[in-house]
Amino acid sequence: MILVNQKHQVAWHKGITIRDVLKIMNYTYPHMAVRVNGTPVLDDQYDTYTIPDEADVRVIHLIAGG
Amino acid sequence: MNEAKAKLHVLSEFTYTPSTVERGYTGQTLYVNVGDGTIKGKPVTEDMKEKFIGGRGFDLWLLWQGINDSTKWNDPENEIVIASGPCGGTTQYPGSGKSIAVSISPLTHVPIDSNAGGHYGPYLKFSGWDAIEVQGKAEKDVFVYVDGPAGIVQIIEAPEDSPTDTHMLGHWLNDHFAASEKDKQQMSFVTAGIGSDHSYIGCLNFSLYDRKRHDLRYKQAGRGGIGTVFRDKKIKALIVKSFPVKGDSNHPADMERIAATGADMQHEVATFDPVQNRMRSRGTSYLVQIMNDYDLLPVHNYKFGAHPDTPKINGDIWEAQYTQNMPDGCWYGCTVACAHAVDAYEVRTGPYKGQRVIVDGPEYETIAGCGSNCGIFEPWALLEINFYCDTYGIDTISFGTGMAFVMECYEAGILDKEKTGGLDLHFGKAEETLEVMHQLARGEGFGKIFGMGIRQMKQYFVEHFDADPQFVQDIGMEAKGLEYSEYLTKESLAQQGGYGLTNKGPQHDEAWLIFMDQVNNQLPTFEDKAEALHYFPMWRTWFGLCGFCKLPWNDVVDPKNSLSAEPAKIPHHVQNYVEIYSGVTGKEVTTDDLIDMSERVYNLQRVMNIRLGYGLRDHDAIPYRSAGPVTEEEYLSRQERYDDQIREWFDKDPETMTTQEKMALHREYREGRYEKLIDAVYKRRGWSPNGVPTVEKLQQLGIDYPDVVAIVKKYL
Ligand code: SF4
Repeated sequence: MILVNQKHQVAWHKGITIRDVLKIMNYTYPHMAVRVNGTPVLDDQYDTYTIPDEADVRVIHLIAGG
Repeated sequence: MNEAKAKLHVLSEFTYTPSTVERGYTGQTLYVNVGDGTIKGKPVTEDMKEKFIGGRGFDLWLLWQGINDSTKWNDPENEIVIASGPCGGTTQYPGSGKSIAVSISPLTHVPIDSNAGGHYGPYLKFSGWDAIEVQGKAEKDVFVYVDGPAGIVQIIEAPEDSPTDTHMLGHWLNDHFAASEKDKQQMSFVTAGIGSDHSYIGCLNFSLYDRKRHDLRYKQAGRGGIGTVFRDKKIKALIVKSFPVKGDSNHPADMERIAATGADMQHEVATFDPVQNRMRSRGTSYLVQIMNDYDLLPVHNYKFGAHPDTPKINGDIWEAQYTQNMPDGCWYGCTVACAHAVDAYEVRTGPYKGQRVIVDGPEYETIAGCGSNCGIFEPWALLEINFYCDTYGIDTISFGTGMAFVMECYEAGILDKEKTGGLDLHFGKAEETLEVMHQLARGEGFGKIFGMGIRQMKQYFVEHFDADPQFVQDIGMEAKGLEYSEYLTKESLAQQGGYGLTNKGPQHDEAWLIFMDQVNNQLPTFEDKAEALHYFPMWRTWFGLCGFCKLPWNDVVDPKNSLSAEPAKIPHHVQNYVEIYSGVTGKEVTTDDLIDMSERVYNLQRVMNIRLGYGLRDHDAIPYRSAGPVTEEEYLSRQERYDDQIREWFDKDPETMTTQEKMALHREYREGRYEKLIDAVYKRRGWSPNGVPTVEKLQQLGIDYPDVVAIVKKYL
């Protein structure tokens, strides 16, 4: 199980990527800061960075409104 | 000299030698009394610059001195004060040309501040004035004309045949005040429209002359009914003719520092905007689909957060409608250039039917407020509403939120065709919505009732239509008398505070914390939320002190920002503002200093609210729709979420409860936590439990002036 933003549980499977998690969460905003167990992951790695089981994933949407 | 201008009747005139701008300031503000004809300059003291910086700070300080404890919005001593700020008029850094207008609002009865693009504020400064303060009430319609190169200020009688509606008046003013194309480029107008004559939700339009289109464009200071005050004073237009703008018109202390910081930022915009929000092609309309995806788009008077028809009015639709490849910055040098327009729109209704016009926008707030919130998903209708709101001088946010409230009242049976004069005002009724707009502009029928704003409509519906007072209070989305802007806050306690714990009323430019709180879960405790409700309102206030637009701060950002300790603050952009401010004024400051500057102004505004009989804890209350589900329909639409919360928050089994019982439990809890939030925020801001800035706080900020302290002492 992966914990997203300390609130949502996402089922883990081998090879699950950041992109997969964003899709499951329906996180469509294009500009985010992602950390996996405290390590920042840049957006060019979203398709390749695989998330370990039990990971603490923080997805910070850098959106601050009108 | 334009011959048409020479024929106009000058009521009062003042001549002056424009001061050169030094380090962002001219050192003088302009006072104009349209009632008795007084025109004079006032010095800007070092203390004023030190304490209140400029822009909204100057506006509030001048207003503070101009009014008394019982001034009402329509008293002659109420003022409209407009300023840009020391950095306003910078052309090297994007978004550096905003103006801020302040006045006592007819909706809230306390000062409202509202910012706009367009050229008026910077042009006023480059004509020799850091701010303009307009007081009094004229007997007949007037123009206030400031001509920097000629060194004159005039109050001029507006001929009876001069138009009032903005898009007509703008052309008339160009015909009468500009002698050449160059003149047009150096002029800017502030206008309202006949909607401002007949409602409390009037807005101001700030013009800019679009050199590519050879036509006028308008940006709106929409919030709080300043257009209504403007027309109550019988002002038809404020007109400024400026010296030509140059890259160093502010005579900054360190031009190289500004240029270097600006170049970095322009590079960031050029590199990342195309792959992020695409402001340059879609403007803020990109937010429509995002808000819908996250269940935050107001739909049907904030009942719901998403709608299947949203793709009909999302950013892709507007990108196709906006005229592309035009320079759409609302001030020179703004490469974010999000101020888009639709050219040659053919008007379908009302007095301008058949005219082809430029529609400035629509921007996110207009699309969400007049679109999804009213169940209107037809782009033509949103263009038409946008155009008429602008030319009539009506705030699109108050209009949209007000109409959403009316539509829910209609569907709830409080209103019917008999009460609306034959109009079917179910959600989604576009033509009828436009008819309400035209009635409002004429001051007739149901439109006249509508123009009072939600707070007064609530009372009217109770008194005349037997509405349930609790129900209309719960669903009428206003606080302090101002209509909410367009975000759904039910699941973000911090944003409930972001709207409720404001000085002016629920406008998101003070704090917009929905994603930080609800989606990112970065503010889990009351203390975290209180810290955010301290920092962000202060930070966002700072833009308005200096003449900046907020959008370049966080709508395009180098992805490396995500590696910073506090990405939500966008620290490298905050540092850019330190560089620009110091580069213009020559004063070395830190990022903390910027927050201190805002805190002084923010607290002065709070005390001003108290001085006028508001500004206490009771006045920070919010309608329940903002905090939780009011109706069963609303509860059932998100039943899974609410039921889960009952399990999580109360350890109860929702299966054993009726919907009404579950709603009551939610309400008690949600209302209680809002009160706890208020306690935490007041404490963080240095205010008493009743929301009053303490004497110590005023001392710490250096605004413990005797008259300011005397006001708070009455409540401590
Ligand atoms: S970012 Fe948009 S609204 Fe702000 S100054 Fe630039 S064009 Fe105007």
